[in-house]
Amino acid sequence: MLDFLHANLSYILSGISVGGQYALIAIGYTMVYGILRLINFAHGDVFMIAGLMMVYLSTALPVTVAIPLVLVMTVVLGFLIERAAYKPLRTAPRMSVMISAIGISYLLQNAALYFTGGLAKVYPAIPWLSQTVTIWGSTTKMVTVVTPILTLVLVVLLTLLIKYTKVGMAMRAVSKDFETSRLMGIRINTVISVTFVIGSFLAAVGSVLYFTNYASVTPVSGSMPGLKCFVAAVFGGIGSIPGAVIGAFIIGIAENVIKGGTSIFGFGGSGWTTFSDAFTFALLIIILVVKPTGLFGEKATDKA
Amino acid sequence: MRRHQGPYLEDRIKKMEERDNMKKKLVAILLSLALVASAAACAAPAATDTTAAEVPASGNPVVKIGIYEPASGDNGAGGKQETLGIEYAHSVSPTVEINGMTYDVELVKVDNESSNDKAASAASTLVSAGVSVVLGSYGSGVSIAASPTFEAAGIPAIGITCTNPQVTEGNTHYFRVCFLDPFQGTVLANYAFSTLGVKTAYCLSKLGDDYSGGLVNYFVKAFEALGGTCVQDTFPDGNSDFTSYVNNAKNSGAEVFFSPVSTEAAQLIIDQAESQALGMPILAGDTWDSNVILQAAKGKSVDVTVTTFYPEGANAEFDTGFKAWVSADATRLASNGGDDTVAAVTAMGYDAYYFALEAIKKAASVDPAAIMAALWSTTYEGVSGPIALDQVNGDAIRNTAYVKHANNETGMWDALPPVTIG
Repeated sequence: MLDFLHANLSYILSGISVGGQYALIAIGYTMVYGILRLINFAHGDVFMIAGLMMVYLSTALPVTVAIPLVLVMTVVLGFLIERAAYKPLRTAPRMSVMISAIGISYLLQNAALYFTGGLAKVYPAIPWLSQTVTIWGSTTKMVTVVTPILTLVLVVLLTLLIKYTKVGMAMRAVSKDFETSRLMGIRINTVISVTFVIGSFLAAVGSVLYFTNYASVTPVSGSMPGLKCFVAAVFGGIGSIPGAVIGAFIIGIAENVIKGGTSIFGFGGSGWTTFSDAFTFALLIIILVVKPTGLFGEKATDKA
Repeated sequence: MRRHQGPYLEDRIKKMEERDNMKKKLVAILLSLALVASAAACAAPAATDTTAAEVPASGNPVVKIGIYEPASGDNGAGGKQETLGIEYAHSVSPTVEINGMTYDVELVKVDNESSNDKAASAASTLVSAGVSVVLGSYGSGVSIAASPTFEAAGIPAIGITCTNPQVTEGNTHYFRVCFLDPFQGTVLANYAFSTLGVKTAYCLSKLGDDYSGGLVNYFVKAFEALGGTCVQDTFPDGNSDFTSYVNNAKNSGAEVFFSPVSTEAAQLIIDQAESQALGMPILAGDTWDSNVILQAAKGKSVDVTVTTFYPEGANAEFDTGFKAWVSADATRLASNGGDDTVAAVTAMGYDAYYFALEAIKKAASVDPAAIMAALWSTTYEGVSGPIALDQVNGDAIRNTAYVKHANNETGMWDALPPVTIG
């Protein structure tokens, strides 16, 4: 057992690491869904834009200044997207908002295509995070170790915020019943903005970690991680934060375990890696068929 | 009172709502009009980027040459460098003599976005622009995908660096000026087996990619014929996590990592090879002959060797001319990856332009059909070597591949002895 773990540690390590990065993005999906019942398709692209901002800012500024600036600018971007594209559609049918989100997603991708000229940009090496470390015989980057820890810390902080602060209480109320909480005097727009601010902040942190590990940003860099995180959110039960985090870790680890199938399961050949993505989406179908509410999802009650 | 007021109020509200709706509609219409207008303004020059006006100042008749290359997507970097070679050649020789008449050559560029599904529409743009001959593309997949469009229009196409045999196989309109993957795969397999002395190779290709899949296939055939064994893996489109592939290579007991994939994936592979301590040489084909790779490998402990079409320094006149031309303009410099390295694909693009001019001269016409007929017997002495086509598929007869090794300190290519087969 120990030998087996030792031999395959690097797969598991990279799975945990990518799982943590997925978790940070998945929280953004799940929170927005919890409050607005909106699947924010632009979220993956906000994550990509955060990566691009870092690429451009780091050419002019030291990393210690660039990282906070990226976090702030991504938060502003998330806030502005909500105000410009979702708020005017508050009373419109849910489908319109979703289509607006898809529009924003393509707008961001194409803006990135325009600014980068379509070529992959190399993400800057962040001094401490990009360092190589050796853990029990497997070599990896420092970020692999930092990611799960940082993710857990942020999730705990977020949970505390939702449980014990006034705005957290308002968020819970809004997600329970949008109209009633509005009647109770909760400033709905502020609560929604805060949700987007938190989601974008976590996506920005996720992008710093993710691109430090996979150091190349393209206009479509956000779409695949975005889709997988959406699956993670659905898997964990969309609307539930712990669910999204656990879903993301499961998907990240399973993906890498499958890629290492030959070594881990002891047989097979080239087939394993081919199906690593297929697994994620097969999981989506299975969970929708077997348990549509996901692992921790609330029971669907029609409030109409 | 209320009974009287009710309908009146309702009426007022209705009217107000109507007015409100009209206002909203008006705003929506105006907004969409503005969007359409701006889109049209952007799209018009972007779709077909012509470098010369319809009727040039010289008053000469015009012959149009289509550039069918990616400027974005997986192969954007390589496509841009190949296009630079064509544009440099055009800046040196912007005219061609046909029957004693001087024609101005006009380049028509489209971006096929490195994507097989965008290929046909990009190709149609060239066809409707009325080009006489098409150059490109970098990347075999898009070339294969666009082939039927050119065939239907009767326009000859000259592949510059697409090395998959299927590009020209079984058709009479697609030609090619570079060597093919069966040859390149054999060269690489021989290099791995004899020069590096390894017995097991890890081969990584992209799922559904004609270029990397094909080249891995030929490499495996040649390597196993020599007595080696291969472990094969594929990664899906959009993948950027290569950690597990590097681990697979380490765990499989392989001694060489063969991954002739796009430069975009290559950056990530080099990065992960460094951070996961791959500890074996990386081998790749012509796509990796790019300064993207040099920049990625600089200062890292990775061992990268590639086979390619042209080594920098082989033709001093071309090299210095190109370097001066590319450095003169910031946009060109950016398209070349930020420095004045001469990529093999640039030299090939340069040769392909002159090869096309030779064919036009030989055909003595701007008619695509006449050029297609003339191409079969066209020969040209290019900077990358003499170009003559075989009479079966219209492929260049080439038997030399150049081998380069990335120098991690200087960030330049070190030339290794070229390999000649047959």
